[in-house]
Amino acid sequence: MIRVVLPFHLRNLARVDGEVQLEVIGAVTLRSVLDMLEARHPVLRGTIRDHITLKRRPFVRFFACKEDLSLEPPETRLPDEVVSGTEPFLIVGAMAGS
Amino acid sequence: MVGTKKGAFILTADGKRHNWEVSGPHFAGWEMYHLKGSPVEPNRIYASQTSGWFGQVIQRSDDGGKSWATPDGVPAPVPGEFPKGESNKFVYEGEVGTHKWYDGTQHPWEFKRVWHLEPSLTDPDTVYAGVEDAAIFKTVDGGKTWKELPGLRVAKGHLWQPGAGGMAVHTILLDPKNPNRIYIAISAAGAFRTDDGGKTWWPINRGLKSPYELPDPDAEVGHCVHRIAMHPSRPGVLFMQKHWDILRTDNAGDQWTDVGGNLPTDFGFPIDVHAHEPETIYVVPIKSDSEHFPPDGKLRVYRSRTGGNEWEALTKKACRRRIAT
Repeated sequence: MIRVVLPFHLRNLARVDGEVQLEVIGAVTLRSVLDMLEARHPVLRGTIRDHITLKRRPFVRFFACKEDLSLEPPETRLPDEVVSGTEPFLIVGAMAGS
Repeated sequence: MVGTKKGAFILTADGKRHNWEVSGPHFAGWEMYHLKGSPVEPNRIYASQTSGWFGQVIQRSDDGGKSWATPDGVPAPVPGEFPKGESNKFVYEGEVGTHKWYDGTQHPWEFKRVWHLEPSLTDPDTVYAGVEDAAIFKTVDGGKTWKELPGLRVAKGHLWQPGAGGMAVHTILLDPKNPNRIYIAISAAGAFRTDDGGKTWWPINRGLKSPYELPDPDAEVGHCVHRIAMHPSRPGVLFMQKHWDILRTDNAGDQWTDVGGNLPTDFGFPIDVHAHEPETIYVVPIKSDSEHFPPDGKLRVYRSRTGGNEWEALTKKACRRRIAT
């Protein structure tokens, strides 16, 4: 199970408490995790990525294992610790955007 | 209903407006640009919720604001039907096109947020949305999906230029006597009208003068209109608070006349018409475009009972109390 930590406002929007747990079939990449997250919680579509371009919103960032993955391409595979569920994948409302 | 940068509040009064109940903040921590109920189904309320981090969200209540949901975000009760999460998907029709940018170059239209939600006068599932960058969208399925009425941007959109507050359709007025007539207003572009249900639009800015803001004070578009208002009994009469100037039209916008009269200053933002008296209008004068505070530091609503020109400050205690509530 992939553990995803959402920021406060997106947890409220998706009506979830704590972490979201996702089962991702195939390669665990930035894109596949976000695809599954949005499939499970359609209300989040457009709030993390643009509806059409799927580009990350400027003030949303992706962290995992103390690394900033925000600027990595969507096909980037997430660390083994995230795939195994030992570490969460963090979606963060950023202090500064780009 | 009150929208703030920190959330939304719903104030409910007893019949005499002596006692009020306040619920909220709803959507705490989000900017609430507009909330409005359906005239045909008053418990149906639409709300525009936005954030610099997470973008646009459309919310809908079917029980007068007690509970809310995004129209296309929660699973439907019908097995096998899955929501698409498209109630916040606002995509300009066709070629995106360009408008005038701050430096005079052309700049592509970019959706930012919904400023105004205007429910239909006859159908609770039909709503018009005024958005930034300036355009008008329409839903006919209760907010699940939105489609642009692109004819508006054809009305010299390439000449529209954002002001300091952006470039948004901030006002939508539906004519209760003519379902094909809609008025809209755009900050830093002007007022526009359609007479065919939104297919074609044209500027209705004749009589507006902007000598301090535009190289041509009588330009067809480019005027910074802050708000327009209408009384439903006389949909051809409109009142306008421009950047500077209070104006009225008696012919659906074909010609505007200055009715600032004896106001201490005619700069301001809101304007509205009394619910039952079509010639009674209200404004809140602001000292100037450079000093955004009321004259003498006293927040005062001014009222005209003559449709403009003759104004009085509402300074009596009873009036102050009423305004405060």
